[in-house]
Amino acid sequence: MTDTLDEIGLSTTGERRAVVNAPGTAPSKDWVIVTRNLQRQYDMGGEIVRALRGVDIAIRRNEYVAIMGPSGSGKSTFMNLIGCLDTPNAGEYWLNGLLVSSMSDDALARVRNKEIGFVFQTFNLLPRATALQNVELPLVYAGVSSSERQERARAALDAVQLGGRHHHRPNELSGGQRQRVAIARALVNRPSILLADEPTGNLDSQTSEEIMRVFEGLATQGQTVVMVTHEPDIAAHAKRIVVLRDGVLSSDERRDQFAAKLGIDVPGTH
Amino acid sequence: MPVFEAIKLALQTLRTQKLKSAFTLLGVCIGVMFLITVVSIVEGMGRYMKDDLVGKLIPLNSFELRSRPNINIGEVDRSVWAEYRKRPPLEIGDIEPVRAALPEGVKTALYSNGQVDVSSAESGKPRRMQVNAVDGDYFDIKKLAMKEGRPLSPQEMLRGEKVVVIGIDAADRLFPSLNAIGREVKMGGIPYQVVGVAEPQGSVLGMSFDNFIVAPWRSQARRLLSSRPNIVDGLIIQSQNEAGIPDAMESARAVMRVRRHLRPAQKDNFALQSSESALAFWNKIQGYLVLAGIALPAIGLVVGAIVIMNIMLVAVSQRTSEIGVRKALGAKRRDILTQFLVESSVLGILGSAIGVALGIGLAQVIALTTPLPAAVAPWSIFLGIAIGAGVGIISGVYPASRASLLDPIAALRQE
Repeated sequence: MTDTLDEIGLSTTGERRAVVNAPGTAPSKDWVIVTRNLQRQYDMGGEIVRALRGVDIAIRRNEYVAIMGPSGSGKSTFMNLIGCLDTPNAGEYWLNGLLVSSMSDDALARVRNKEIGFVFQTFNLLPRATALQNVELPLVYAGVSSSERQERARAALDAVQLGGRHHHRPNELSGGQRQRVAIARALVNRPSILLADEPTGNLDSQTSEEIMRVFEGLATQGQTVVMVTHEPDIAAHAKRIVVLRDGVLSSDERRDQFAAKLGIDVPGTH
Repeated sequence: MPVFEAIKLALQTLRTQKLKSAFTLLGVCIGVMFLITVVSIVEGMGRYMKDDLVGKLIPLNSFELRSRPNINIGEVDRSVWAEYRKRPPLEIGDIEPVRAALPEGVKTALYSNGQVDVSSAESGKPRRMQVNAVDGDYFDIKKLAMKEGRPLSPQEMLRGEKVVVIGIDAADRLFPSLNAIGREVKMGGIPYQVVGVAEPQGSVLGMSFDNFIVAPWRSQARRLLSSRPNIVDGLIIQSQNEAGIPDAMESARAVMRVRRHLRPAQKDNFALQSSESALAFWNKIQGYLVLAGIALPAIGLVVGAIVIMNIMLVAVSQRTSEIGVRKALGAKRRDILTQFLVESSVLGILGSAIGVALGIGLAQVIALTTPLPAAVAPWSIFLGIAIGAGVGIISGVYPASRASLLDPIAALRQE
């Protein structure tokens, strides 16, 4: 693991080591995501595939982290575990002070609802529902009353500059607008982390830049953002870039180091 | 997710897929429609039997002493008929002892009737109609009110005078567009004077109840009805109220058994016919008819259930990605289960509600265009809706549980 600097974003390597090397203990409230020796393997018809071979990571509140890695690196598996869509075979996963690695399905559903805001590559909006109804969805499962739901969904849509598009259905919106609706939906329940899986994968470069500006705005306001991507220039928008390879962490760098290594511009610095 | 939200969601889903939903509803809709129609017709026939047929033939709180019953609804087997034929007829000599034994306040009327050719100077050729030779409280018991003229007086009945009351159809046929009062009808060559025309009595199954003549039993008219003029067809006995019927029946039975010299072990060889006994058989077959009315549409409902289950399975696989999104956003298994169960129940209820409406409509159409009567039984509406809901829930369980068990990761991956 290349780890050359003492400080990356808001957490330092030393701090992270201290948090990660204390198995069985709840991390302090500052740490939103802590994994310790996280492992996941699949049984593919008798053959055991070890997708994650023990990942230690600690992400502090307000960090903006990109997770990269080639296909087969365990990136998707990691993101599913971080998103509480899957449970590990071994290791610990603490999310916002909760040990979620040993939770039941229903408890995980509650955690996804309260703690995680998902943004997907293919937007994954409900096609028959309006923008407003799509954004209301997490609040429906949180048991929020209809009037409060509408109020909060409107505010969330206004926050992503979609004030005039409340009653449009996804097929009446452009790709960028759809992804904004998805971001509004992800944020409407005030999650601990915004978890984006290839958020610009289906967008042209100009629209991608737009969405990245939205993410940066959110990070500036203090939202913890974790973004999975395979595009280096998209990853370079994050303040910290983590690379997975063969089911383990291969690097964890500040973005200037990452950009310098790849010879790309650090966005917003010129 | 609260059920209310689930219902709203289900209706929204159905609205966006109107055509598909309509086809899905068809099976349940048709099943419930036939259920309602069949039950309505059976119910209508039941009411018809009670109110119209038996109600018209047997007056309130009354029974009839007869040799054998004349209202046989349903099958009477051969051995019973053979026994009926061996019975001695009721004779005029039986009547007075029975009357004397009945409790105070009970009204009675004896009668004989039959089809007789009746003619009048105004009608030309003779007309066949029912002639009733009666006495006692006949007009009172039968509630036979007069449209014109007056009923037969007790004196006329006692003396057997040659006067008659005729039904409105009889009046029309014998005296077309003329006032019948005071005119003469001829039966067996003897003239009778018309003193009254009865109010219309209606008809049952296209059979008129107004094509009749009432004459005093003691007149010559009864000789046209039977070659043995002492034979009486029946004695109608009417208690003051329902509670008095058993008493009056027992009195009549006791007298008749003594007169017939029946030993205690022997059965009555005469009939005491009440509306209850006349309806007993109908009540029995009505039960079977209702069962058939429920069982046959059940086939439609099974088909409907299979259709709903298939459509829901298709819906689950088409909406796999939606289920994945919902789960990612915090839907629990129960939320997904509820969503799809409510959707299939709403389909079932909607289908059955439309089926109920169509069934009521179809029953009315049948009632209007055929002699079959129809009366919608309120319980059948509730049954129909409940069946619809049940079909929806049962056929939704499997698809809904499949949906709820979907792995969110796999569901999200599917496009």
